[in-house]
Amino acid sequence: MSQTEIAPMAAGNPDRLTGLKTFWHYFSVNRGAVIGLFVFILLVLAALFAPLLAPYAPDVQDKTAFLRPPAWQAGGSTQYLLGTDPVGRDILSRLLYGARFSLLIGAVVVTLALTGGITLGLLAGYFRGWVDVAIMRVMDLILAFPSLLLALVLVTILGPGLFNAMLAIALVLQPHFARLVRAAVMAEKSREYVVAAKVAGAGHLRLMLATILPNCLAPLIVQGTLSFSNAILEAAALGFLGLGAQPPTPEWGTMLASAREFILRAWWVVTFPGLAILITVLAINLVGDGLRDALDPKLRRS
Amino acid sequence: MLRYLLNKIALLIPTLVGITICAFAFVRLLPGDPILAMAGEHGVAPARYEELKQQFGYNLPIWEQYARYVGEVATGDFGVSISSKRPVLEEFKTLFPATLELSFFAMVFAMLLGIPAGIVAAVKRGSWFDQSLMGTALVGYSMPIFWWGLLLIIFFSGYLGWTPVSGRIGLQFFFKPITGFMTIDTLIYGKWDAFRSALSHLVLPAIVLGTIPLAVIARQTRSAMLEVLGEDYVRTARAKGLSGARVIGVHALRNALIPVVTTIGLQVGTLLAGAILTETIFAWPGIGKWMVDSIFKRDYVVVQSGLLLIALIVMAVNLIVDVLYAVINPRIRAA
Repeated sequence: MSQTEIAPMAAGNPDRLTGLKTFWHYFSVNRGAVIGLFVFILLVLAALFAPLLAPYAPDVQDKTAFLRPPAWQAGGSTQYLLGTDPVGRDILSRLLYGARFSLLIGAVVVTLALTGGITLGLLAGYFRGWVDVAIMRVMDLILAFPSLLLALVLVTILGPGLFNAMLAIALVLQPHFARLVRAAVMAEKSREYVVAAKVAGAGHLRLMLATILPNCLAPLIVQGTLSFSNAILEAAALGFLGLGAQPPTPEWGTMLASAREFILRAWWVVTFPGLAILITVLAINLVGDGLRDALDPKLRRS
Repeated sequence: MLRYLLNKIALLIPTLVGITICAFAFVRLLPGDPILAMAGEHGVAPARYEELKQQFGYNLPIWEQYARYVGEVATGDFGVSISSKRPVLEEFKTLFPATLELSFFAMVFAMLLGIPAGIVAAVKRGSWFDQSLMGTALVGYSMPIFWWGLLLIIFFSGYLGWTPVSGRIGLQFFFKPITGFMTIDTLIYGKWDAFRSALSHLVLPAIVLGTIPLAVIARQTRSAMLEVLGEDYVRTARAKGLSGARVIGVHALRNALIPVVTTIGLQVGTLLAGAILTETIFAWPGIGKWMVDSIFKRDYVVVQSGLLLIALIVMAVNLIVDVLYAVINPRIRAA
């Protein structure tokens, strides 16, 4: 971050600058988190510039090169660095394009789950009474099912496909956000600054969104990060089971599903897509751990 | 204690009602006509259609249909599978022990490795062991287990040829199940080669299913242990001159295990979700594979009842964990 960007902010709001600085101080102590962030940024770049980076289009088939092993193995060539799949498509190119799907899935699912969870959690925690009971019973109900099973059943109702899979996963992950927001709102609601805002004549909507919500952000950010990686895993699992993104979409889970029958003949078709999932999820979880350390004052040592 | 128990059970009633509503709604939310959806790809003759409509009560008002459904479920009638023509409950009873056996060994694997590893990591906080263990745990926690299963198959079944690729036991072995646990049944019959076959089929799926619980348990044990090691009574025990092993093993561990027990209980949902993937990869004939297969066969009676039964199991296990927790920790009961 450059000085010129920070300077005007610092002039207007000195607290925010020190806040950001403290945050980075605590975040960067955690080496794993910094590595995770670095890998995540690389992944975002790979997704953004996939058409420039990928040597081939993700759906181009080379009929002369089925199941070609990766370059370093006997029979492989630098033409296809990570080898080709059973129908002669370049695995590296498909993985690069696949990064787009995984990051899109994470972003869409977290946005949907956050929006739903914040709205329901705010309503439940702010109004209490029957609104609270009704909302939280439904949340408990969603949590009573194993998440993947519920997602499977929802996709059965909605029909297989990437978008429906994202909807289903968002619905399954959303109660965690609602619970968090509700707990935070209940803790904050009786604080003096909220009472003061109320006395000053702030309406319900303003109290909820402008006064209380910004003070509940820390746990939400951490949960959001963890849900991001969870969403990628679950979407890949749905794709693997044949109910998520449909072939020939270069989604990593779907790639694994179509590679399954070749596992004993061509290890690379199976290994690389899974490795891509693992690296992505791991990087995001590392960042999540770092964020928790940096944002949770209870864990700070100083 | 009794009051605590009754209170817990009372709190479950809305969830129970909700679960039945979900299962009830599932068939009705499927795109298209529910009877045609349940009949599957083959379709159904018009006369039979009317008959089925009567039989399932689709001509009744919706709340009467629901009451009927709850009545059926309460009397143990979970419908008949369209593809196998067998009662769903009967199928469930034959398949569930397979999932139970797999989950049990997965959990044993996770606990046997996770708890000691977590303890050592906490005692040697900051050491290379601690750091590499926590790193490995995070990798395990981030693992797409369906891929992990395939990798293990490539290595142990393909490359080394040590374990079979799929199934529960070699096809040459056949006997009437007693407990439904292959590892126990083979021992009861005294067939050692069958026992070895069952065990070799079980190893890889159990490791795959146990991986995420292992990571969670190791992390949880470590942090619970760290917290307890900082407590006054541990310092007192040390000050009394007790040996390090006794302080850690008796004073600290007993208290650190309380949150770990809860974590283990909370893993049941994870296990059942994981079973869906693990059983699919290893062709393990349990309820996870049964659900996935039924979705693809459009056997929606099975999906509906499976959803209900699995949710009931998760609920029951959570209740047991709550009660156990109250037994171990009297402070919970008072609250």
